[in-house]
Amino acid sequence: MAVIQEVARTRGAAPERRKGDGRAAVLFLAPWFAGLILVTAFPLVASLYLSFTDYSLLEAPGWIGLENYTRMFDDPRFFQALKVTFTYVLVSVPLQLAAALALAMVLDKGLRGLAFYRSVYYLPSLLGGSVAIAILWRQVFGADGLLNQVLGFFGIEGVGWVSHPDYALGTLMVLNVWTFGAPMIIFLAGLRQIPAMYYEAASIDGAGRWRRFRSITLPLLTPIIFFNLVLQLIGAFQSFTQAFIVSGGTGGPVDSTLFYTLYLYEKGFGSYQMGYASAMAWFLLLVVAGMTAVNFLASKFWVFYDD
Amino acid sequence: MTDAPARTDPRPTPARPTLSEVAATYPERRPPRRRAWAAVRRVLRHVALIAFGLVMLYPLLWMLASSFKPTELIFREPGLIPTAWDFGNYTDGWNALLDPFSHYLLNSAIVVLGSVLGNLVSCSMAAYAFARLKFRGRNLWFAIMLMSIMLPIHVIIVPQYILFSSLSWINTFLPLIVPKLLATDAFFVFLMVQFFRGIPKDLDEAARLDGCGHVRIYLRIMLPLSLPALATTAIFTFIWTWNDFFSQLIFLTKPDMYTVPIALRTFVDATSNSSWGPLFAMSIVSLIPVFLVFLFGQKYLVKGIATTGIK
Repeated sequence: MAVIQEVARTRGAAPERRKGDGRAAVLFLAPWFAGLILVTAFPLVASLYLSFTDYSLLEAPGWIGLENYTRMFDDPRFFQALKVTFTYVLVSVPLQLAAALALAMVLDKGLRGLAFYRSVYYLPSLLGGSVAIAILWRQVFGADGLLNQVLGFFGIEGVGWVSHPDYALGTLMVLNVWTFGAPMIIFLAGLRQIPAMYYEAASIDGAGRWRRFRSITLPLLTPIIFFNLVLQLIGAFQSFTQAFIVSGGTGGPVDSTLFYTLYLYEKGFGSYQMGYASAMAWFLLLVVAGMTAVNFLASKFWVFYDD
Repeated sequence: MTDAPARTDPRPTPARPTLSEVAATYPERRPPRRRAWAAVRRVLRHVALIAFGLVMLYPLLWMLASSFKPTELIFREPGLIPTAWDFGNYTDGWNALLDPFSHYLLNSAIVVLGSVLGNLVSCSMAAYAFARLKFRGRNLWFAIMLMSIMLPIHVIIVPQYILFSSLSWINTFLPLIVPKLLATDAFFVFLMVQFFRGIPKDLDEAARLDGCGHVRIYLRIMLPLSLPALATTAIFTFIWTWNDFFSQLIFLTKPDMYTVPIALRTFVDATSNSSWGPLFAMSIVSLIPVFLVFLFGQKYLVKGIATTGIK
């Protein structure tokens, strides 16, 4: 009997909110909601407030209006940090994605040992963010490092790549390209989704390899490319560890690896100018949000959804 | 797809051949010589892929080899096989800082363990609510959750630092673990929502008819059926937390509380050219746990990335 009543009750309430769901939701969402308020939303609002103050952790924050922002726009190192970060992002992310796509295409040919290659190429993605790899990079691209030893073998004399202002950022870009494995795996999954039928039909119509890539693979893969692009851009904008370790925390030589996050750290936790750091943080948020929005808007013109 | 009409038509119609079958009926498209050429090309492709993999992994292998070399050889020997061995690097490196390296490994292990447990519990709870409960404003909260994934930590780190320092939590592991207990790694909430949605609703409806409440459905049905998603979450939390540098650098400033990445950083900053051997040795030690997780958790790693795009 009880079961039948239960059925009748749930039937009646079934389509929309069921009794008890609201209370259960409060229970299940409580930790997440507490985190959202305390660890995310409150600090977000607080940093906006702090960006209008001269807070230095020692005295209570004093309101100084837009001064942090005007100072920021007069600060050559701020612009240097922007330049370094944008150069890094705009050069290394496309290269990384191109490498990822190229390798995914090669691996997608149904060749033996796919799992093995996939693992080998993916490993750097897992390790790339660690301090240990940054230390390795500092040695490999140092004056007496591995790269120069190898070059010396061919009679080429290299420079100290990480200590040369023209090349230091390049070594970090190489590091980012080196971690192409994660987007490669996403591309591989995407390539699997393209029906073999399309390629067969195109072949019969006489389409060559390049033509099939241009007219089938690329358009059908644009949603995946877009997805990878958004993820990697956001990630690259926030990179910190590698530049910090390779430059010994300075962003040097001559500020050539002064990532935005590095400068923010230096201001906020090196010299405790927390108001200024908060202003920089909000500027970063606007840049990342703006970039993502532009990305989504632009996607209307090049991303193709096959449905 | 091509034989769909056959189902409505009772007469046995031959299924339409696929294009590749049509192509196969054409007289031998590839003369023997071309077939041999194809085999050669296949081999060449493998050779190229292996060579490329070797180049990619060479720095890693070299670091491993170099951790067994006397330091002066590290700056002279690009080869993998040490001409002279020095196992002292590991003992020197282990004791190079204030505490033995095991101390930092233990600290990292505590932070990682707390983070993994925190993420598993809190993210799966939130995911259950988003995937299975109907409540007011669910779509709005879900959208907010998705947006919080994209929020750079740098934007909120300053007030977080102020907040945690007013609680006297600086130089404890609490600022690193408590947020995970509160599901701030929203990425995993999303991952689990996706997974939960794939579990047939009939199962929880049946349980409900048998008198199960949400807590029991969550504990007895959803969690046991979501082991792959939980494993992916655990593995990625492990690797991210183990590698995390930024927040640990900010919240842990007392040498006693250092985790592995911060200890390595102190090590590299204090290193002159003379102690690269021990530094490499400890770098290798720091990579071993991630490597082991990679080795044993590959299945979940690949699936996790392919479905959600995390690193």
